[in-house]
Amino acid sequence: MIEVKDAVKRFLDTNVLDHVDLVIERGDKIALMGPNGAGKTTLVRSILGFYHLDSGKIEVEGYDPIKNRVKVLEKISFIPQTPPPIKLSLTELLEYVSKSTGTKEEDIKEEAKRMDLDISKNLAKPFFKLSGGMKQKLLIAIALAKRSDILIFDEPTANLDPKAREKFYHLLSELPQEVSTLFITHRIEEVEGLINRKIYMDLGKVVEDERL
Amino acid sequence: MKNLLLMAKLDIKESARSRWFFVYLLVFGGLMALFFITGITDSVVMGFTGLSRLLLVYMQVTIVILPIFILITTVKSISGDRESAILEYMLSFPVSLKDYYWGKMLGRFVIVFTPVFLALLMGVVYGVIKGGELPWKMLLVYSALLLSLCAVFLGIAFFISTLVKSHDVALGASFVVWITLLAFIDIALIGLMLQNRWDDNFIITLALLNPMEVFRVGAISLFDPELTVMGPVAYFLLDTFGHTLFLVYAVLYPIFLGAVFAFLGYYAFRKKDLL
Ligand SMILES: Nc1ncnc2c1ncn2[C@@H]1O[C@H](COP(=O)(O)OP(=O)(O)OP(=O)(O)O)[C@@H](O)[C@H]1O
Ligand SMILES: [Mg+2]
Repeated sequence: MIEVKDAVKRFLDTNVLDHVDLVIERGDKIALMGPNGAGKTTLVRSILGFYHLDSGKIEVEGYDPIKNRVKVLEKISFIPQTPPPIKLSLTELLEYVSKSTGTKEEDIKEEAKRMDLDISKNLAKPFFKLSGGMKQKLLIAIALAKRSDILIFDEPTANLDPKAREKFYHLLSELPQEVSTLFITHRIEEVEGLINRKIYMDLGKVVEDERL
Repeated sequence: MKNLLLMAKLDIKESARSRWFFVYLLVFGGLMALFFITGITDSVVMGFTGLSRLLLVYMQVTIVILPIFILITTVKSISGDRESAILEYMLSFPVSLKDYYWGKMLGRFVIVFTPVFLALLMGVVYGVIKGGELPWKMLLVYSALLLSLCAVFLGIAFFISTLVKSHDVALGASFVVWITLLAFIDIALIGLMLQNRWDDNFIITLALLNPMEVFRVGAISLFDPELTVMGPVAYFLLDTFGHTLFLVYAVLYPIFLGAVFAFLGYYAFRKKDLL
């Protein structure tokens, strides 16, 4: 599904991605780990087409994330490391998501309910005024409702209370077998039951890649 | 195209709620109201009829404040979203960069143009109610000039916004652009001319390249040169090119310049890292 070939990304003369090779297959459930600054977020952002690589290439189902960003992003759901302070109201955000991806707003509301988030009361509120946990829940609901082939989460549970975290992991365990997930996480014990592959990065390199 | 309009619509909604837009409305609406109260329309000074005088004063003030307003509110549209990671999330959806960039631009255009245009209309309506004649030509020309002034500074603002990674630098850059262009409208040019250190052709070229000066001369060109205190550069330009030709230039050149900057910004947006 995702193929990273000899990818190099340099920031200020350091190789933040240092000749990374990685193939993610359909159904892979990956925990991506590594110390702060290892390059995890950079790798994910490159897959999403935010960064132009200095050399090497990335393909998602054969598409280049920069030249074919729409094709690539149709297949991916992404949750960032921290919820961004989006000024759109929830109604507008849902409109953006549904019109750009073809997801039904109903489905998002449904997923939100499953995360114990009732958005009907907050529809007129700007997104950034929700509580940290509510924001995260909504982003999760959007990501799941999109029914993507690939889910990429950059530490998605940081703001969630233990109950919400449980819930989230439960929803993930219900995902279809063929969906690939990539978690960036520092707490491996939490996702232990959800993954079948562990990748460890350090200093811009993949240093360990273990299938369970 | 569908997503382009979606981006435009969402940007309009978001801006319309924002504090800066409120201030913007207040400034231009208030400006017109102030003109009414101070009675600029009532007097007939130096051959101006009340209404055209009102509109000219409005345009004169607009030259100074509209560009800086557009610049400081618009440069943060992309650089600010980038800094706060909003861009990272919004662009993780399957929207092409083309739709995103031009949609934002279209939305911004509507947001900055509508208030200045409405204030102009407000002035005309007020003047006509007070018994003036409807100045068709003036309304048309001034609307076109306002539109092209909005276009050029939006283009420049988007260019800065995509090129610069931090919001503070973007603000600083817009301020420099504004001050520079402002410094080179007629008054400063006269100073240069008087010093006689610069070739006249060079000064005329500077004037023709500066969208703010072009706007100013365009606005003033509707008046009889004998009656107005327009400054030697403006006089020279109108005398050389003729009023009609100059007006066409005054409307088209800023739009062209704005488009060039907008496309350069778009190019940078596509070719550089998004975050
Ligand atoms: N846009 C950028 N410009 C310059 N340097 C950057 C940029 N983005 C990341 N870096 C640098 O690249 C390195 C890797 O950053 P990255 O965010 O990928 O780390 P990470 O593995 O996600 O870390 P964390 O666990 O803290 O989230 C860091 O040293 C960071 O300072
Ligand atoms: Mg990170």
